Amino acid sequence: MAEPAWRSPGDTRRSTRAVRVSVSAVIVAAVVLAVLLVPPLVRLDQQAVDLALKLRPPSPAHPFGTDDVGRDLLLRCVYGLRVSLLVGLVAALVATVIGTAVGAAAAAFGGWADRLLMRLVDTFSSVPHLLLGIFVVAMFRPGVWPVIVSVALTHWLSTARIVRSEVLSLRSRPYVDAAIAGGASRWRVTVRHLLPAVLPQAGLAAVLMVPHAMWHESALSFLGLGLPAHQASLGNLVQTARGSLLAGDWWPTLFPGLFLIVPTLAIAGLAGAWRERLNPRRRSELML
Amino acid sequence: MLELASLTAGYDRRDPVFRDVSLTIAPGEAVGLLGPSGCGKSTLARVATLLHRPDAGRVTVDGHPVRGWRHRAPRELRTAIGVVFQQPRLSADPRLRLRDLIAEPLRATGRRAEAAGRVAELAHRVGLTDDLLSRRPHEVSDGQLQRACLARALVLRPRWLVCDEMTAMLDASTTAALVAAVEEYRREHGAGLLAVGHDRVLLDRWCDRTVHWASLTGAPAPAPAAEADATAGAGV
Repeated sequence: MAEPAWRSPGDTRRSTRAVRVSVSAVIVAAVVLAVLLVPPLVRLDQQAVDLALKLRPPSPAHPFGTDDVGRDLLLRCVYGLRVSLLVGLVAALVATVIGTAVGAAAAAFGGWADRLLMRLVDTFSSVPHLLLGIFVVAMFRPGVWPVIVSVALTHWLSTARIVRSEVLSLRSRPYVDAAIAGGASRWRVTVRHLLPAVLPQAGLAAVLMVPHAMWHESALSFLGLGLPAHQASLGNLVQTARGSLLAGDWWPTLFPGLFLIVPTLAIAGLAGAWRERLNPRRRSELML
Repeated sequence: MLELASLTAGYDRRDPVFRDVSLTIAPGEAVGLLGPSGCGKSTLARVATLLHRPDAGRVTVDGHPVRGWRHRAPRELRTAIGVVFQQPRLSADPRLRLRDLIAEPLRATGRRAEAAGRVAELAHRVGLTDDLLSRRPHEVSDGQLQRACLARALVLRPRWLVCDEMTAMLDASTTAALVAAVEEYRREHGAGLLAVGHDRVLLDRWCDRTVHWASLTGAPAPAPAAEADATAGAGV
């Protein structure tokens, strides 16, 4: 027999991981291409209302069917994904920058600055962050930016904790001692030696946060607090579909729901693989 | 003068690593400090390089009493003392090429302009080729990395040099090259040296005087064990 009759659990795990990573990569690539290329190439108006065509089930002309005012759902879903992805990316990026800055500052300065900043983190963490997010969006007129600000301001806490603990462990390395003996200022040590070392971790945290931020955007929009109703976002689409679901029209809920779940799982899958490479001892888990 | 006067230091105030240790090094003098592992030599080296605050005692560098430690020590005092640690892997930032590693203290102190010239001069002095200078720490051997760490310690022309087990992990020829580079620097600049180690033969040949850790503390020396350790180190 050419092949051994058994496969070790490690082999199996590695091959399922490889499948998961390639499937995730294909989905993420498709999503990125769709949201970038469809709007400029397909010159269809996603807002075009045609009441004669309202709530049609999926058909060759409208593969995802139409919604309650006759708009094409496939187009609405792509536009919705575009908005949700934008909100997720920008919010995750802003949250990571805030979290990295706070965590690094707390660890680098230590003492009372550390205690003050970490108590601030604890204070923010003690409030459920959806509630805090609602509070933030409620202060502004509905739109994309309030949602981004709201998600970003509620999601930097875990990054701050991760970066702080990472920097604390790096700070006692002999190469930091050598830098101090070489006359480096606190700022120089932080910017030159500590931050570059935590950037991979922070980048990973940012990618892991994108799905989370997208879910939050959807939750806010679903509650009617996020984006204005006419603007397609995955949360808005699911929200408007709620009524028709009870009447037995399943497609306006199913397709936006899939558009939310599948890409976010794919992004989380890729991030999980990245985390296993960064830190091979920890088994991957989806952090949603 | 580098004066370490009745120092008590450690990582737990209730249980310091050592108590009441004193050592004075005259300008230009080379002092070897021998001791068994775990006795506190490295902690003393960290205090002497202003990297670890002692619980009690005084450190005076060229007449300036030290009042702050680590970042709180004035930059002039910190840079007056060059330091080389035992493990080059841990004391080199893994992201910096050796060239940048050596030049880093110049950049950190705003003397960027001198970097290229000084790096070339020191690389020659410690025996690093141009090819090695453009590699990162994981692409060179321990010995090559330790050469770069020594060059980094010398780049600001310190008046004092503290070598904490600098050659403990290295082979004989690298040890000889590093010691020769230190001695050449000391001849030119009249720098004082504190060489910490457990290799009696090396320290005896290298330094003007060799002191045993037990003689610094005033505590009764655990003579036989320490002696065995020292000879074991010398035999290798």
